[in-house]
Amino acid sequence: MAELNLQPNIDDPDGFYAELLAAHEGLEKVESDALNARLVLVLANHIGDRHVLRQALAAAALKKED
Amino acid sequence: MKKIFEIPLYPYARSADQDAPAPVRHKVVVVGAGPIGLAAGIDLAQQGIEVLILDDNDKVSFGSRAVCYAKRPLEILDRLGCGKRMVEKGVEWNVGKVFFDDRLVYEFNLLPEEGHQFPAFINLQQYYFEEYMVDRIRELQKEGAPIEIRGRNKVAAVADHGDHVAIEVDTPEGPYNLTADWLIACDGANSSIRSMMGLDFVGRVFEDNFLISDIIMEADFPTERWFWFDPPFNRGQSALLHKQPDNVWRIDLQLGWDIDKEREKRPENVIPRLKAMLGEDVEFELEWISIYTFQCRRMEKFRHGRVIFAGDAAHQVSPFGARGANSGLQDTDNLCWKLKLVMDGKAPESLLDSYDFERIHGADENILNSTRSTDFITPKSEISRIFRDAVLDLSEHFEFARPMVNSGRLSVPCTYDGSPLNSADALLGGPARTRPGSPCPDAPLGDEFLLPKLGGRFTLLTIDADAPDVIEEDGIEVTRLALSVKDDPTLALKERYLGDAESAVYLIRPDQHVAARRPSFDENIFRAAIRRATGKE
Repeated sequence: MAELNLQPNIDDPDGFYAELLAAHEGLEKVESDALNARLVLVLANHIGDRHVLRQALAAAALKKED
Repeated sequence: MKKIFEIPLYPYARSADQDAPAPVRHKVVVVGAGPIGLAAGIDLAQQGIEVLILDDNDKVSFGSRAVCYAKRPLEILDRLGCGKRMVEKGVEWNVGKVFFDDRLVYEFNLLPEEGHQFPAFINLQQYYFEEYMVDRIRELQKEGAPIEIRGRNKVAAVADHGDHVAIEVDTPEGPYNLTADWLIACDGANSSIRSMMGLDFVGRVFEDNFLISDIIMEADFPTERWFWFDPPFNRGQSALLHKQPDNVWRIDLQLGWDIDKEREKRPENVIPRLKAMLGEDVEFELEWISIYTFQCRRMEKFRHGRVIFAGDAAHQVSPFGARGANSGLQDTDNLCWKLKLVMDGKAPESLLDSYDFERIHGADENILNSTRSTDFITPKSEISRIFRDAVLDLSEHFEFARPMVNSGRLSVPCTYDGSPLNSADALLGGPARTRPGSPCPDAPLGDEFLLPKLGGRFTLLTIDADAPDVIEEDGIEVTRLALSVKDDPTLALKERYLGDAESAVYLIRPDQHVAARRPSFDENIFRAAIRRATGKE
């Protein structure tokens, strides 16, 4: 079974972070919230694997997974 | 002209029971002449069981109420002798459109599988549904079937005495007493039988109100299910438009929680809402207006000794998904053959406990689905609304998000996985959809269909396999239906019942659920399966 990768996995992390912020630039809070929600759904669908998604939900909650 | 729901179809008439010196004993008393009570009555009467239906009213459903009927209930109703008439009158639909704000975000087609006698769904006003069932009861009465329906007979008290049930009934001419071997309570979400017996009904209340209007209009809207999230004509809320026969259209408008119900129901307040939705120039006439709130809940147990609950009296769901009446009809379909065997002394009373197991399983599945739909349609927090809107926005652009759009997951029959009546699946390579516990899917057989041939009795369905024509096991007679994959050139029979197997023998229950299956007949194994399916193992 695939496992959630919690090790560094993105090339050029500073570049990605800048792109993430740029996507939100100039947006109102409600627009940013909506963008984040869409982004979560797009990424979740790309992952697809329910086991990995559950691990990701637990990791994001900063709780240790059961 | 009077509407059908304004005419008493079973007006009060004095019964000899009211003048009897002692309470008259009946075999089965059904309380409630809604779709579920009528179905229970017809089913039992068709099996030759004396049944008396009591209703506090004397008319069919006031207004359209439950309007959407799914394939499995239609198959059940066909066995009860009224399914085809409902399909002829009903409106079939396959296309659904989902709107968000002022735009169409996507459109779906139910694409019903080929090779079924009945359509995936029809829309039909509950008053027609009930009228046809009352007609069927009249037909059965002419044939001498032991069924009676008494209008304006309101149950005032009920007591289970272990070997019978005592019932006190109020009528326009005063009260009288009855006794019955069994009582089936089909008296709806506000079941008075349930309250009289002090039984629980726990679950989640959804704090919302929906304005339901039936309007008569000549409109060229297509026969499709249209669902709106947050439309300009009903900001922040949802709306639904669905067609019924006779140019009657059902419109549901979500109103939110903090409203004045009486005020909202007044035509002078309803008409502007409808005009905002349909356009100022559209002419229509109001047939029926109602406001409802709903809950998702069920009783802890549906069987309480000799009193058995079915339909909304036992479980209640949100209306999204048409899982109310549709699941209630599967309750009585599950119950009546079991009750018949128990009453005939051919099965132990404990067989009735499998009704609890199987239909609680069904109710839980329906509650889960309809609760999830409700959480999507009426988000309860800011973040749930943000995600809901994100799904809708994405669904307009990307296919992946469309399966997440939940405007109601439409009723499908449940598989009784883990039921004590199932034998272990022994058909290697057999399709998952016909594993033990599953409802039998229909299949074409030349000009005919499979399900009517399964009838309402135990059947041994053999496909390219040998077996005796009849087996009798401890009073249960099982007749064989011998088929070959060659009987169905479309190969639906093969695909639905054999899968990768070369041959199969299925033991099928009277409610057309699979009890056991194997590649070939084995007498000892099938005798054990029959005992198991009738609560004897």
